[in-house]
Amino acid sequence: MAVTASRTPLPISDHTPLSPSPVRRRYLIAVIGNPNTGKTTLFNALTGLSQHTGNYPGVTVESALGELTIEGDRFLAVDLPGTYSLAPRAPDEMLAVSVLFGHGKDIPAPDVVLCVLDATNLDRNLYLLTQVLETGRPVVVALTMMDLAQKQGIVIDVEALQKKLAVPVVPVHAARRIGLSALQQTIRQAVRAPIAPMSLIQLPEIFIREVVTVKLALANGQRKFPRFLIERLLIDAGGSIEQELVRQLGESIMTPVYAARERLIATNTSPSQMETNARYRWITETIATVVRQPLTVNLTWTDRIDQIVTHKFWGLFVFLVAMAVTFQSIFSWAAPLMNIIEGTFSALGTRVRNVVPDGPLQSLVVDGVIGGVGAVITFVPQIAILFGLIALLEDSGYMARAAFLMDRIMASFGLSGRSFIPLLSSFACAVPGIMSTRSIDNHRDRIATILIAPLMSCSARLPVYVLFISAFIPNQTMGGVVGLQGLTLFVMYTLGLIVAPPVALLLKRTILRGESVPFLLELPPFKIPAWRVVFFRMYDRSLAFLRRAGTIILATTILVWALSYYPTQPHLTEEFRARSATATPEEQARLATEEAGIRLRESYLGQAGHAIEPLVRPLGWDWKIGMATLASFPAREVIIAALGTIYNLGNEQSEESVELRSAMQAERWPDGRPVYTPIVALSVMVFFALCCQCGATLATIKRETGSWGYAAFTFVYMTSLAYLGALVVYQVGSRVL
Amino acid sequence: MRTLADLLPTQAARIRSISGFDGLTQRLSELGFTPGQFVQVVRFAPLGDPMQIRIRGFNIALRRNEARRIILDPS
Repeated sequence: MAVTASRTPLPISDHTPLSPSPVRRRYLIAVIGNPNTGKTTLFNALTGLSQHTGNYPGVTVESALGELTIEGDRFLAVDLPGTYSLAPRAPDEMLAVSVLFGHGKDIPAPDVVLCVLDATNLDRNLYLLTQVLETGRPVVVALTMMDLAQKQGIVIDVEALQKKLAVPVVPVHAARRIGLSALQQTIRQAVRAPIAPMSLIQLPEIFIREVVTVKLALANGQRKFPRFLIERLLIDAGGSIEQELVRQLGESIMTPVYAARERLIATNTSPSQMETNARYRWITETIATVVRQPLTVNLTWTDRIDQIVTHKFWGLFVFLVAMAVTFQSIFSWAAPLMNIIEGTFSALGTRVRNVVPDGPLQSLVVDGVIGGVGAVITFVPQIAILFGLIALLEDSGYMARAAFLMDRIMASFGLSGRSFIPLLSSFACAVPGIMSTRSIDNHRDRIATILIAPLMSCSARLPVYVLFISAFIPNQTMGGVVGLQGLTLFVMYTLGLIVAPPVALLLKRTILRGESVPFLLELPPFKIPAWRVVFFRMYDRSLAFLRRAGTIILATTILVWALSYYPTQPHLTEEFRARSATATPEEQARLATEEAGIRLRESYLGQAGHAIEPLVRPLGWDWKIGMATLASFPAREVIIAALGTIYNLGNEQSEESVELRSAMQAERWPDGRPVYTPIVALSVMVFFALCCQCGATLATIKRETGSWGYAAFTFVYMTSLAYLGALVVYQVGSRVL
Repeated sequence: MRTLADLLPTQAARIRSISGFDGLTQRLSELGFTPGQFVQVVRFAPLGDPMQIRIRGFNIALRRNEARRIILDPS
């Protein structure tokens, strides 16, 4: 079955002409390269803060875009996913091919392809380049990691290499901004005076004859397939191009291709080995003349670090410590910043209450907007720290080691280490996590990973945990080392990890059955993380979170406020005014609280809350928790805003907006028992850990799988799991403790 | 027939061929597992699988199952 997310148009038309049309506003650059070549660092250095995710012309899959201007010429650059070859077998490789070829008049092929080569790995990197040269687009080569190559004793004659490749080669060091302006000039020249590069590789005669045969068989009036695609079709048995073509034009299109493949295999070498052998033969010869390899290979820093982090015992130890430290630091580093933000919003609320007269407007602004959205914004520091730490792990090269360590475990649940990275990214946010499954070449593995990704504890759950832990889990240490609060947070984060494998196994045994898939993962050299990459990620993700706070969370918050404020019940106002007229000051305060309580209970939200109370009582929740949870299905962090609004409205006697935490601690059942015990807090947290309360995730699942079916399935199974989990925690916990 | 899966850590050998005609054969070849090339087993993961392989100056993780597809010259 074709991966529907790769609904990128297949280039089955003529090439875009080389000279750009004069009316075009800007040139297109596609940046391509192997994974771990420093491609993204270079892309960042070239495009700076103009970077954003969006849709490249004609491609429905989101990718990283950026703009740059070189001496008045404007460029739109797309950072293609890292790939080892142009033989597409996964959706993100298909994306690269679709971009390189363009599609008809409206969706042009790039004006220049910037191919990034890692100097320490030149032979494998040249493999991709030899293919890129055959697409016929002008090519500029950026040579990265030259300093590292030098350290390893690899000497590259750049002049000679450039001559061999017959395209410009520019050495760069993006982090130190060395070679950038030379690169920009070269790019500008490449689009001003475009030259189609030469193909360097001569494939066997017998193969070329079959390409011609297939080309003739497929030719019909309007449609002309580029030669490169015919070659790919012939070589990549079962690859993405074949799948896409069959999807568009039907199975019969493949008949001449199958026949040609059979004839080639009969010569005892598969078409794919004809290709790889021919390319690597040329590469080996070329390297021999332009690169001097060191005589002895020294133990590198990477080897030394690997000896520890992949060690039988120390490797697992380092892994667990790294994870635990990550979660503990999220908790402790963010605290001072959070207090400042909390204090600011609280003061703001008081200020507004003093200025705006009593009534719906004051209540909307103070209880709804400031109390609600303010509570959510408090968590920006944590989001930033979490994304920063994940970016650090990725950019340093540790993430690949984590996948290496975990693959055996993933394999026992029917997945591979390749699924580990999307799942780990889902700890930041399931949306990019699900999007990063595009690198998984097996469709079933990819779907299984997508379906369990939302179980990973995303950063939006963090505020929920932090609120409940800091309010209800005692701030004690066990044995003087392990903090109870940090431990609870760690357990909440592991919960998804514990539940996900059996779910994956079940999926792979039932609806996603099939044979096991290979696992190939490069373990790149360790490096000092590029701070720009880390900080950009922190900035970009915090901004995205704030944008959410400003839109969906604000809207839901206002809705929650309205539902808990209306109907206004004027009879209550009169009744309580009459009663408090004759009361003592103490009694007045008590009356005000009573009035606020009755109002909330009689509001639309209160009525709905009471309606669902029987459903949430077995979880140990009162109707307010149930109501806040229900309100947070569009986005889980809304629960904080909702609780903020509910408890602010329930505390009208106070002149200051009440800090949410203390309001919750003070909350009582009618018989005087506290509503929130540690067990109730755990029950709420477990529910949030397992539930799919995120509209954005569901929309992403729909987009990436091409079906609402998978989105609906995710929603149903996760919500059921959440209810069951919370039920077990409360029912067992309240009996044991 | 000796395969890459038969090597112990730090042992190296020359590739004779890759068996099979599927996507995995192609992937391995694209990464540089070509006839005549030297490969070395660096280590096994703590849980026994996958294995870390060094080829053409870079490190790659693959499972024993995939390593069996890489046929080596006899020692």
